[in-house]
Amino acid sequence: MSVLVFADSAEGKFKKSAFEVVSYGKKVAEQIGSNVVALTINANNNEELYTYGADKVVTVSNDSISTFNANAYKSVIKQVADSEGSSVIIIDSSIDGLFVAPMVAVALGAGYASNVVALPSATSPFTVKRKAFSNKAFSNTVISTDNKVIGLAKNSYGIHENPVSGTTESFDASISEADLGVKSEKVEKVTGKITIADADIVVSAGRGLKGPENWGMIEELADVLGAATACSKPVSDLGWRPHGEHVGQTGKPVASNLYIAIGISGAIQHLAGINASKVKVVINTDPEAPFFKAADYGIVGDAFEVVPKLIEKLKAFKQA
Amino acid sequence: MKILVCISHVPDTTSKINFTENDTKFDTNGVQFVINPYDEFSLTRAMWFKEKQGASVTVVNVGNVSTEPTLRKALAIGADDAIRVNMDATDGLSVAKQLADVVKNGGYDLVLAGRESIDYNGGMVPGMLAALLDFNFVNGCVGMEVDGTSVSLSREIDGGNETLSTALPLVVAGQKGIVEEKDLRIPNMRGIMMARKKPLNVVEPIAVENSTSTESFEKPAPKGAVKLVDADNVDELINLLHNEAKVI
Repeated sequence: MSVLVFADSAEGKFKKSAFEVVSYGKKVAEQIGSNVVALTINANNNEELYTYGADKVVTVSNDSISTFNANAYKSVIKQVADSEGSSVIIIDSSIDGLFVAPMVAVALGAGYASNVVALPSATSPFTVKRKAFSNKAFSNTVISTDNKVIGLAKNSYGIHENPVSGTTESFDASISEADLGVKSEKVEKVTGKITIADADIVVSAGRGLKGPENWGMIEELADVLGAATACSKPVSDLGWRPHGEHVGQTGKPVASNLYIAIGISGAIQHLAGINASKVKVVINTDPEAPFFKAADYGIVGDAFEVVPKLIEKLKAFKQA
Repeated sequence: MKILVCISHVPDTTSKINFTENDTKFDTNGVQFVINPYDEFSLTRAMWFKEKQGASVTVVNVGNVSTEPTLRKALAIGADDAIRVNMDATDGLSVAKQLADVVKNGGYDLVLAGRESIDYNGGMVPGMLAALLDFNFVNGCVGMEVDGTSVSLSREIDGGNETLSTALPLVVAGQKGIVEEKDLRIPNMRGIMMARKKPLNVVEPIAVENSTSTESFEKPAPKGAVKLVDADNVDELINLLHNEAKVI
């Protein structure tokens, strides 16, 4: 009854979440007195996972799933779980992870908890803490089935090195026509930009910026920090910024290490979406803006004066 | 095309979240319930298929009698009829099994739902339903067209969009983009009057065992007060972020 973690990759390269789920899986395996097996699909450098504690890496190479395909991935995860006798399956709660995990749960007759933020608080009954009510609360959830699927929330456990001398084995997964019932036709991605999901730092701006022509300094600040850019809902509704940048309850969730909100008042729906970020900074002219109650650090001031200064000082700091 | 739209009955996004009975139950006192926002986007897309392509639209909820006003609202928006499976929804897999039974009995070929509910945030029921039914499944859908049994969709991916093709029967979990916010409909008086006469059928649940249960809820630890930095002293902010918070 091993712990199976799915270590996701894109174009052969492991995503950051892959190292986090392996780190987490290693600890869960210790808790239940078992070993951890990492499954990779079309990934290179599989031995990278040994660093985070993967005792065994099972690799699947298959051209019919050269890009993510949820149903086919489910089929592969199920086959490897069966072959490894895995009873706990760990998948990240990214956009793709949330797509595939529910289907894995049904395939294995497993109970599933998504957006889990900590190690199991008990293993009998098996209890995990997960986000609920759009980040306004947590649910301590008992999974009562023999097989269990855990969806790990991004940046909740962290990446921890735990080097082992692991082994790698290739696995010949069979993928049927039915597994490929949903076909990818085209992928459009902004290239050369850090995505909100992958970013350690997110710089976000709201209506306080007064117009789309003023985003230059936001992008420059993001550039200096190596951050992703985001925006509030009104800004994307007004068409100042693309929908993909909208963060908040009905937009993208943010769970970065640092979230900088500029000219965003902090509506409850916005805060719900960004609450999982570790450190929050607000820059706003209005000292009564609700964001000041949610933030760790704040500057009451005009973004048009503060942000250029901040860029200048940060450039000096980065060079120092 | 027979469409089933899954509707979650959730606290309004501005609700204060509190718990009762030793933090085991959500405190509904003074809370206004609404159609789950993600479901509403999908319901609105279903109305488009009804009006432009002659689809029938049934809405379904797994819940107790308190969810009926939410189903009536969906009827007022324009769904033809409603089904309530008479069971408290506390476990995603159990809910998916109830819905799978409804889909089989009703012969639906397209099931629309939302990406997640804003209360339990499990984001699991649509995918589980598709797996139980052996239907195709697309999650996080931000655009969708149906031509006969062929379906073209787009979904949000990290940093962009992916275009997908598939076929009915299909389960789709939608979000903003499957319709735009301006396309959402507020029920008019005529819709509300008609909704009263539309069928709302209550069916008893099939026997299933829960796979998960909430032992307790908790709220995030209260946050310390914000540290204010003078607008003329951004060096201090950089210092705090570097030395104290250690995030830059």
